[in-house]
Amino acid sequence: MAAKARTSRRTGAAAGVLLAPFFVLFTAVTVVPIGYALWLSLFTEKQSGLGFGGAESVFSGLDNYTAALGDRAFRDGFWILLGYCAVYIPLMVGGALALALLLDSGLARARRFFQLALFLPHAVPGIIAALIWVYLYTPGLSPVVRAMDSGGIGFSFFSSGGSLPSVVNIALWEWLGYNMVIFYAALQAIDRSVLEAATVDGAGAWRTAFSIKIPLVRASLGMVALFTVIGSLQLFTEPLILNQGSGSAVTSTWTPTMYAYTAAFARNDYGLAAAAAVLLALAAALLSFAVTRLTTRKGARA
Amino acid sequence: MTAPATTSAETPALAGPAPRTATTVRTKAAPAPGRWLSRTAVNGVLLLSVAYTLFPLVWLVTAATKDTGGLLSGDAFSFEGFDLGHNLSELASYNDGVYLRWYLNSLLYAGGGAVVCALISTAAGYAFDKYDFRGKEKLFGVVLLGVLVPSTALALPMYLLASKTGLVNTYWSVLVPVLVNPFGVYLSRVFSASHIPDEALEAARIDGAGELRAFWSIGLRMVMPGFVTVFLFQFTAIWNNFFLPLVMLSDQKLFPLSLGLYAWNSNTHAEPSFYPLVVTGSLLAVLPLVVAFVALQRHWKAGLTAGGVK
Repeated sequence: MAAKARTSRRTGAAAGVLLAPFFVLFTAVTVVPIGYALWLSLFTEKQSGLGFGGAESVFSGLDNYTAALGDRAFRDGFWILLGYCAVYIPLMVGGALALALLLDSGLARARRFFQLALFLPHAVPGIIAALIWVYLYTPGLSPVVRAMDSGGIGFSFFSSGGSLPSVVNIALWEWLGYNMVIFYAALQAIDRSVLEAATVDGAGAWRTAFSIKIPLVRASLGMVALFTVIGSLQLFTEPLILNQGSGSAVTSTWTPTMYAYTAAFARNDYGLAAAAAVLLALAAALLSFAVTRLTTRKGARA
Repeated sequence: MTAPATTSAETPALAGPAPRTATTVRTKAAPAPGRWLSRTAVNGVLLLSVAYTLFPLVWLVTAATKDTGGLLSGDAFSFEGFDLGHNLSELASYNDGVYLRWYLNSLLYAGGGAVVCALISTAAGYAFDKYDFRGKEKLFGVVLLGVLVPSTALALPMYLLASKTGLVNTYWSVLVPVLVNPFGVYLSRVFSASHIPDEALEAARIDGAGELRAFWSIGLRMVMPGFVTVFLFQFTAIWNNFFLPLVMLSDQKLFPLSLGLYAWNSNTHAEPSFYPLVVTGSLLAVLPLVVAFVALQRHWKAGLTAGGVK
């Protein structure tokens, strides 16, 4: 009895030692910043008197939130994000799943080569991917634009109509192969006897894909959808590089993250920036919840 | 186990989609015309998508061999006017070799950060898997919630906290936040459960090894594939990290590659001679990860599988 108690105290101490580094750092770089952002978002910097003695923080309640939500630029950022998600997510999830099914169909040759070649863009840092594509969009620099011009297709990747497809293309290029590998791994994990039974029962390739394979990789679908949504909400790097392109229709507040960045570092309005960041995190939380509910409910029905 | 195998052997691939390696020989011997068509279509689509993923990289390689004039006028998909040597020496010498400094910084941030992060994650994942304590699953739930927090929303308050504590614009401001990866803890727990049998630890305890010693000399060794996977994931994440350094650093000497190339790119409008520097610098910045991914295929696939199958 006494020995048992001592053992459990001993293992408890060991668990504490092993968990401590992670949770100390997790607190420092996740929990505290979240709390600090919440606190900051409730204050506004006011110049005291004639501007001598620097600025002073004044409690302003939810003013920063109403200011952010009342700012058309911030709201427009969410609309742009919505348009981006509406185009990007179906293309990404559908494309990655289709490629994985093709690779898994038993008809594909050189599967290892295809996997690696499709995955390779993930090895390219986002900023460099954006730089490469922006150069490929720039007239004069790009062989693609040159070829399109000589083919009689005039399309400006930086125009107000072209910006969204331009950004979607960069993101798609970066993540398509990555998500394809996730789906492919899930497809490979399916019990082969299930598929063979379907074949014996006379199910064709399409039927097997839609009625058996896709329902069986639902968990992966949910996870990819979740991470794609969270990643999309943080959209920043690609439009920032596009914003640097000459004559670009991408503004410095094009997405909510860009808005928060500009508020903090161009306008030095930390309260507003914090409020924008909190609203963004809130949107991420709500959407994560919705996506999780949606995918698990589908699971319950099937 | 044996029954389905026999069935599949007796059912040659007439129009079936799924038969695997065992039946491919038979398929090749008697290809139906419809099957040939779909085989061509499948491989054609895959080839097209590979062309899409590879052509920007091919352009990067050919473009890195050109000088400013060649980039702005010539057909970039060729090695005409090969000037890679000149570009490399420009890259090495510009601004007292600041590019080299960025490269070393990136190696330090990504290498050092990923090793420590993998160690911290492995320890926590092991503890979650092997020990029972009160509120364990609730605590693990907090970790999983941490996966969902958008990192760009954290960077701004982190910057303000860092400037209060005087850490802003130092190595630490970029290095400390990347030591934490909740997804790494999740992966490590999965790996610990599948790679470390409880009996091995029990045997160590009977031999009188302490709990921490059992982790260090038995657990960690057995879960090495998981350690490498978390390391690889975090190395990639840090090497690709852009927002955090952008917010934290103003001293060029501390920049990682991503931020340095971004700064150079902002000069290209006024000064087109920066184009070859950015393009050649990007090519060199991509190489280590491409090599790592080709060499360590087994490990990143293991990570994606563990994350995806759950």
